[in-house]
Amino acid sequence: MLADLLGIPPQLLFGQLLLGLISGAFYAVLSLGLAVIFGMLNIVNFAHGALYMLGAFASYFLLKILGINYWGALILAPIIVGAAGIVIERFLLRRLAGVDHLYGLLLTFGLALVIEGLFVKFFGASGLPYPTPEALKGGVNLGFMFVPWYRAWVVVAAVIVCVFTWWLFERTKVGAYLRAGTENPTLLQAFGVNVPLLTTLAYGYGVALAGLAGVLAAPITQVAPLMGSNLIITVFAVVVIGGMGSIMGAAVTGLAMGMIEGLTKVFWPEASATVIFVIMAIVLVIRPAGLFGRTA
Amino acid sequence: MSRVSNEVIRLTDLHAFYGESHVLHGIDLDVHEGELVTLLGRNGAGRTTTLRAIVGLIGHRTGSIMIKGEETIKSPPHTIAHLGLGYCPEERGIFASLNVEENLMLPPQVGSKGMSVEEIYEMFPNLAERRKSQGTRLSGGEQQMLALARILRTGADILLLDEITEGLAPVIVDRLGEVLAELKARGFTVVLVEQNFHFARAIADRHFIIDQGHLAAVIAADEVEAKADVFDDFLSV
Repeated sequence: MLADLLGIPPQLLFGQLLLGLISGAFYAVLSLGLAVIFGMLNIVNFAHGALYMLGAFASYFLLKILGINYWGALILAPIIVGAAGIVIERFLLRRLAGVDHLYGLLLTFGLALVIEGLFVKFFGASGLPYPTPEALKGGVNLGFMFVPWYRAWVVVAAVIVCVFTWWLFERTKVGAYLRAGTENPTLLQAFGVNVPLLTTLAYGYGVALAGLAGVLAAPITQVAPLMGSNLIITVFAVVVIGGMGSIMGAAVTGLAMGMIEGLTKVFWPEASATVIFVIMAIVLVIRPAGLFGRTA
Repeated sequence: MSRVSNEVIRLTDLHAFYGESHVLHGIDLDVHEGELVTLLGRNGAGRTTTLRAIVGLIGHRTGSIMIKGEETIKSPPHTIAHLGLGYCPEERGIFASLNVEENLMLPPQVGSKGMSVEEIYEMFPNLAERRKSQGTRLSGGEQQMLALARILRTGADILLLDEITEGLAPVIVDRLGEVLAELKARGFTVVLVEQNFHFARAIADRHFIIDQGHLAAVIAADEVEAKADVFDDFLSV
C-alpha cells in the first residue's frame, strides 16, 4: 500500500528488500565471525574475506575432485577453513599476543593478499561456476514477487547460524568461558582454564563461519579468488556499527544493513554503495562503541 | 620434621619482574596445611605480586614455587590452579558479561571437596537472591562474597585472597571474618594479603611481613604483642 502511494511498484520494493536481506545474511555470518575473533583475540581479522573465498573454493574442489555435493560441502568446507584458521592462529597470530592491535591487522591483511594472490595466479581472476543444489532449484511466486528457493535458504541458514552462535555464547559453559576470556583472559587462566586453547578454538570457529558463508555464496556469486575482498570492507563497516566483539550486534546489524542497502537501491540507487559507510560514520560520532557495544 | 610433610606452599628465592622492574627480591616462605597466614606490608611492598607469582600471573619469575610438593615455576598458568589453588584478586575480578550464577559456576573444578551451590547460597544468602543479576551490578560487599564463593565451589583447598576487606563497610568486614574463621575450621589453607591489621590479627596463625620485595619478618600469632615494634616499623606509613 505504502509502496503504491510512493509510486514505487511493489515488485521493485520487495525485490530489493529480498536482495538486501540476502546481502544482509552474508554480512551477518561474516561479521559474526569477526566479532568472535575480535572478542577473544583482539585482532581485526583482515584475512576474513580470503577465508570466505577459501570456503567457496573448498566446496568447488570437494565437488570437482571428490564428487562431494553441496550438502556435504556445507559441513566439510567450514571444517577445512576452520582447520586452516587453527594453523594460522597457532603458528602466526599467537606470536603477536600482547603487542599492539596494529600488528595483527597488518599480518592478517598480508595473509589475505598472499592467499588471494596465489588463487589468482592458479585459477585466474574470473569466477568458476558452482551449481545450485538440485533440491533448491526453482522458486516460489508470492504474487508480488518471485523468490528463488536457494536465496530463501541462504537467509534461513544465516538466521540458524546466528541463533546457534548466540546460544553457544550466551547459554553454554564454553560461551561463559569465551565471554570471560574476552573480558579478562589472565584471570580466567588463573582459574585453571586453558585460555590459549580457547583462543585457538575461537579463531577456528570465527573463520569456519567465514568458510560457511563462502559455501552459501558459491552458487550465487561464482567461485572467484577476489570474491571476499570487496565484501569484507562492507562487513568491517557492519562490525563497527554493531560494536566490536558484540555477537548480537553483529548478527542484527548485518541483517539490518543489508535491508537498508536494499531500500536505498529503491529510493536513491546512487547512494546504495555508500549508505552503510555513512551510517558507520554517524554511529562512530554518536556511539563510538557501536550500537550494541559496551562502552569500556 | 612433621611440619615439612604438611607444607602446601614453599617459596624459595622467589624473584619476580614486571618488564624491567624487579619487584620481588628472593622471597622464602612456607605455608602449612590448614594454616591461615597473612602477607602484611605497605602498598607496593610486593604482597600482591607474591600471590600473582604463585598463581602464575607473573610472566617473568625465577626461583622455586612448590605447591603440595610440585614445582610450578615453569608451569603454564592454567595448570597451576588444578593443584587445588583458588585465587581472589584484589580488584575482585567479577565478570560484567556474566550473571551472578555464571560467575559462580565459571572456574573449573580443581579438587573433589568443593562446596555445593546450595551450601554456598546458604553461606551467602544475598547471592542466591541475585543469581540472575549481572555480576558487576552487585554492591561491593556482594561482589567480594561472589569472588570468594566462586573459588569455594571449585574444590580448591588453598585460598589466596588479596585485600578482601578493602573498601567494605565494617559490618561486611565482620561477616568476612566469620566466613574466614569457618573456612579455617573446615581445614582450608588461606594466604591473606591484608591492609586491615585488626582484621588479620584476629584470625591469622602467622604473619609474613614483606618490605621492598623482601621477607622482613615472620611473626606467629602469640608473638604479636611482644613484637609490636616490628609492625610499627614496617606497617606505619
